Amino acid sequence: MSAARGPSPESRPSGASRGWLRFAASGAPLVALILAAAALAPWVAPYGEAQFVGGVWDPPNLQHWLGTDNLGRDMFTRLLFGARNTVTLAALATVLAFGLGVTLGFCAAAVGGWVDALVSRAIEILLSVPVLISALMVLSVLGNSLPVLIATIGLLESTRVYTIARAVARGIVVREFVAAARLRGEGLAWVLVREILPNALAPLAAEGGLRFSFIFLFVASLSFLGLGIQPPAADWGSMVRENAQAINFGLAAPLYPATAIALLTIGVNRLVDHYLAAEARP
Amino acid sequence: MTAGPLLSIEGLCVHSATGVAIVEAISLELARGEVLGLIGESGAGKSTIGLAALGHVRGDCRITAGRIVLDGMDLRLQSTEGLRRLRGRRVAYVAQSAAAAFNPALRLIDQICEGPVRHGLMSRREAEARTIDNFRVLGLPDPAHFGRRYAHQVSGGQLQRAMAVMAMSCGPDLLVLDEPTTALDVTTQIDVLAHLKKLIAGAGTAALYISHDLAVVAQIADRLLVLRHGRLVETGPTEEILARPQTAYARALVAERTGVALAQPAQTDAASASREASRPATAVPAAILDVQGLAVRYGRQDALSDASFALAPGETLAVIGESGSGKTSLAYAVCGLVPGHAGRVSLGGTPLAPGYADRNRDQLRRLQLVFQLPDVALNPRQRIGSLVGRPAQFYFGMRGAALAQRVAELLGLVGLDPALAARRPGELSGGQKQRVCIARALAAEPDVLVCDEVTAALDPLIAEQILQLQRRLQEQLGLAYLFITHDLATVRRIAHRVLVLWRGRVVALGPTGHVLREREHPYVRQLCASEPKMRRGWLEETLARRADPSTV
Repeated sequence: MSAARGPSPESRPSGASRGWLRFAASGAPLVALILAAAALAPWVAPYGEAQFVGGVWDPPNLQHWLGTDNLGRDMFTRLLFGARNTVTLAALATVLAFGLGVTLGFCAAAVGGWVDALVSRAIEILLSVPVLISALMVLSVLGNSLPVLIATIGLLESTRVYTIARAVARGIVVREFVAAARLRGEGLAWVLVREILPNALAPLAAEGGLRFSFIFLFVASLSFLGLGIQPPAADWGSMVRENAQAINFGLAAPLYPATAIALLTIGVNRLVDHYLAAEARP
Repeated sequence: MTAGPLLSIEGLCVHSATGVAIVEAISLELARGEVLGLIGESGAGKSTIGLAALGHVRGDCRITAGRIVLDGMDLRLQSTEGLRRLRGRRVAYVAQSAAAAFNPALRLIDQICEGPVRHGLMSRREAEARTIDNFRVLGLPDPAHFGRRYAHQVSGGQLQRAMAVMAMSCGPDLLVLDEPTTALDVTTQIDVLAHLKKLIAGAGTAALYISHDLAVVAQIADRLLVLRHGRLVETGPTEEILARPQTAYARALVAERTGVALAQPAQTDAASASREASRPATAVPAAILDVQGLAVRYGRQDALSDASFALAPGETLAVIGESGSGKTSLAYAVCGLVPGHAGRVSLGGTPLAPGYADRNRDQLRRLQLVFQLPDVALNPRQRIGSLVGRPAQFYFGMRGAALAQRVAELLGLVGLDPALAARRPGELSGGQKQRVCIARALAAEPDVLVCDEVTAALDPLIAEQILQLQRRLQEQLGLAYLFITHDLATVRRIAHRVLVLWRGRVVALGPTGHVLREREHPYVRQLCASEPKMRRGWLEETLARRADPSTV
């Protein structure tokens, strides 16, 4: 057995390229590329975000690498700006959802009793209404400025985070080191931050990646329905909607933003899987 | 079928992924129908050898040398498919924790019949009939319907027996039993042990019996193999090793039990008398902990009723009883961890609130609890230094260099290297972790230490070191111990007085020597008789005595 394990000199290069492959498959390069595009969009984009530069649905050419959209704006430029808008919004909403959901979930699990019952029932009522319907309701009443959009999505998604955080924390609060901390007279803050949080970090981080993907898709679908980011600002969801008609003429215009959505979703999910696998290793 | 030994292992070496030797150059032979006991403390490589007999090694380990031959077949040369056909059918395994080995979502009988049906040995109906027969042999209640239950609906002892039925379902030639009674209390252990012995003898199966308790192995094994740190220490017939252990380590193992169990009553009494005499000289010291009419209920079930006792400074009161007798409920009620109990608990003359949340910081500090399982009592994500230092910081406001110095002092006090402060609990052994738990309790500078089965999860030799440490700390610091245990040997060794619990009631309370000598309550008699003795034939004698109603 040991003889078979010894790496022969010939097998080394292939081992190195396998390492490269594994790095590429981890989703990290993909996500990094999209984040770089989001961060650098105003500097690297060849044209302005809402600048009319050509005809309607021009095919890809040297001036416009991915062609133009339904109003004759450069598709590649709008993809870069779209990344900026969509990713920022989704990231902020994810942070809000986690801040709220984790705090409430941990408190409910650690305090228990009527606090847990009250918060859990309230959350269940919110959960029982489809997220899209709640979001449509709130956004049509309050309007769809960026802060309202982030707050709404963050709040709605925090209910999902809450259920996970509470379940994870319930498994931890029954362990005896938490009883030891309580018997010492430690306050709730210490129990939450020092005893529970470090032990819940792995599942929460994994959930964080998935939740980001979901929120990102949610923003895209809200935009597709016209309630997300408003024109002329670019975002991937509304880019699909605006260009959807092109498909009737055999044009690929809506496929570019759709592919971008798919790539980011796949990239983030790969990254989460990678992290989970690394955690599972002893 | 070939002549010669059923199992022969030659020069087996197993290494971990990091290159640490777990088992080194072990050779053994096992004849058909023979029972071989593998004994040693944890980390001795017992389980690794047991698993190797199934052609298996744990995840990150590998077999680096040696041959494992089962009935003329070299297991290391078998394919995965070949091994699969072998396992369950020719070699079967009984794990230490039956609760973890059964699938909680499937009925017991489905899991037990899966082996023979999958191996194509019998039809489902035949397998069921045979399983029900075996349930009957093992004395399980209502054998015809027992298998319809799920794992969580039966007791630990019953589940362990069901696991043995599962292992025997294909009629294997070799049974590997990995600490099958370790998780059970003494009175249950006897039942399971007796039934296992009957089952093995009845089927003529050969067995590898793995345990850290020599007295238990002695009841069932024909020959013994004493292991330490993955190496063979001594081997020979059971009687031979019990009577004339050749090596220092085997002598220590034998003395571990015989010192107490085989001792003449006079000696035992002398030991507990000296323990009683070592109590503080003050005539009747004011009780530091006074408990009156303590009762705990879970729903409609009384876990503990009307327990009263007092604990003097510097005194050790042991609370003993089988599992489910209310020992832990008593400890938790005293500490305020069980809400809604009746009765009065006073510490140093001041009555305490029933729940810990209503007690003040100083009351919490003076009463410290040490948990049974150090693995779950220490936060795995914190370092030893902050775990031990936190009470000093919390109660006494220590910080910086003073705190670091106090941590080093506490670690030294419990016999640990102060350098361990930078480690995390996962990097320590079980005994070291329990020492950390004790150091953490001491950091609060308590008056009373409530110890909940602190040695139950440890090997006997490590447990003995912890008990010695606790006696030394008591002499040094004048601590009072409320010591929960199910082990009589522990009681004899550490307790000035003993309180015996049976089904939630106090059936005896008094000086250790007196209670264990007079044995006024039938349960105390049964408890004393259930303690494994280091001689062969003890199991049969005890069972005969139990079956004879005149003696119980």
